[in-house]
Amino acid sequence: MCGATEGGLSLEGVNVAKEAVIQGQVLRGDEPVPNAYVRLLDKSGEFTAEVPTSATGHFRFFAGDGEWTLRTLAPKADPVDTRVVAAVGSVAEVQVAI
Amino acid sequence: MSRESSLVTAQWVEDNLDTDGIVLIEVDEDTTSYDKGHIRGAIKLDWTTDLQDQVRRDFVNKEQFEALLSERGVSNDDTVVLYGGNNNWFAAYAYWYFKLYGHRDVKLLDGGRKKWELDSRELVSELPQREKTTYTATEQDHSIRAFRDEVVAAIGAQNLVDVRSPDEYAGRLLAPAHLPQEQAQRAGHIPTAASVPWSKAANDDGTFKSDEDLKQIYTEAGVDWSKDTIAYCRIGERSSHTWFVLKELLGQENVKNYDGSWTEYGSLVGVPVALGDEPGEA
Repeated sequence: MCGATEGGLSLEGVNVAKEAVIQGQVLRGDEPVPNAYVRLLDKSGEFTAEVPTSATGHFRFFAGDGEWTLRTLAPKADPVDTRVVAAVGSVAEVQVAI
Repeated sequence: MSRESSLVTAQWVEDNLDTDGIVLIEVDEDTTSYDKGHIRGAIKLDWTTDLQDQVRRDFVNKEQFEALLSERGVSNDDTVVLYGGNNNWFAAYAYWYFKLYGHRDVKLLDGGRKKWELDSRELVSELPQREKTTYTATEQDHSIRAFRDEVVAAIGAQNLVDVRSPDEYAGRLLAPAHLPQEQAQRAGHIPTAASVPWSKAANDDGTFKSDEDLKQIYTEAGVDWSKDTIAYCRIGERSSHTWFVLKELLGQENVKNYDGSWTEYGSLVGVPVALGDEPGEA
């Protein structure tokens, strides 16, 4: 994925005012993990979406208002759950360490 | 059909990478994923360009499908093994599509690309060379494809299974959460449809749950096994995954995939729509 910038993915082309963006990066130590899978679970733990990480370990979801859980799967690592709160009009930045 | 005849493991695929008569095909929602690395010997089908008519909203016709597979070097006698990202959504869609056009021996790689990657198995960048063939398809098998009128007629009469996420079902979202919010004119679900998100059928690594677990999930959601079933989602790809479970793994006789799905139904004039977490009345 192109457009990666320090501090998070580029939001060029995304209408942030209308979206509840959750995005971030998966890291193993200081190294980005490009072949991980990040799942978005709703507040009841139900699967909502899943994306593979980009070459720079980044991921992004367009969610809705409320509490979500990110479940990260990667080779040779245990799944990692991360709680996050999203809101329309804002960008929730998350770093996941595996 | 059964699990044994329709599903293969990652290990089986690795053991058969050089077996003649087996064609691996990657089909992904992210159509660039193959280009970044794929299972050795696999060819690519692009669901947006190869499998869709480029003018009307419909599939390529029989002659176009024949030309496509002939050009890619797939024979009628080949065992086609499909895999892809997103827990095999689009691979399952292609599986259903191959069945629609009468391909005899089709299988899914259990867990798809994710399972393969999480196992740290090899992906390569070199492109395979395959001799052109003369592929012959059958007419579409409409016993597995539902159209809008029969979906409306199925309200309150057949099993309708909505496999989207709970928020899409209830009308709180119009599309999966990793895509921008767009598509149908109205949010919600087809009245009387049971909500059984496709993901309930899969483990975290993308492999399918056991037949016993699957049967229990759909039974508890209200699927009446004595009735015919229509599965739908947003554009028919996630519901292909559920169609595969019901028809190919569990052996339910009459199961159709509604590929028009919510992007069609939610834009129809005059049809009933239910909002909220309950199925609603016919």
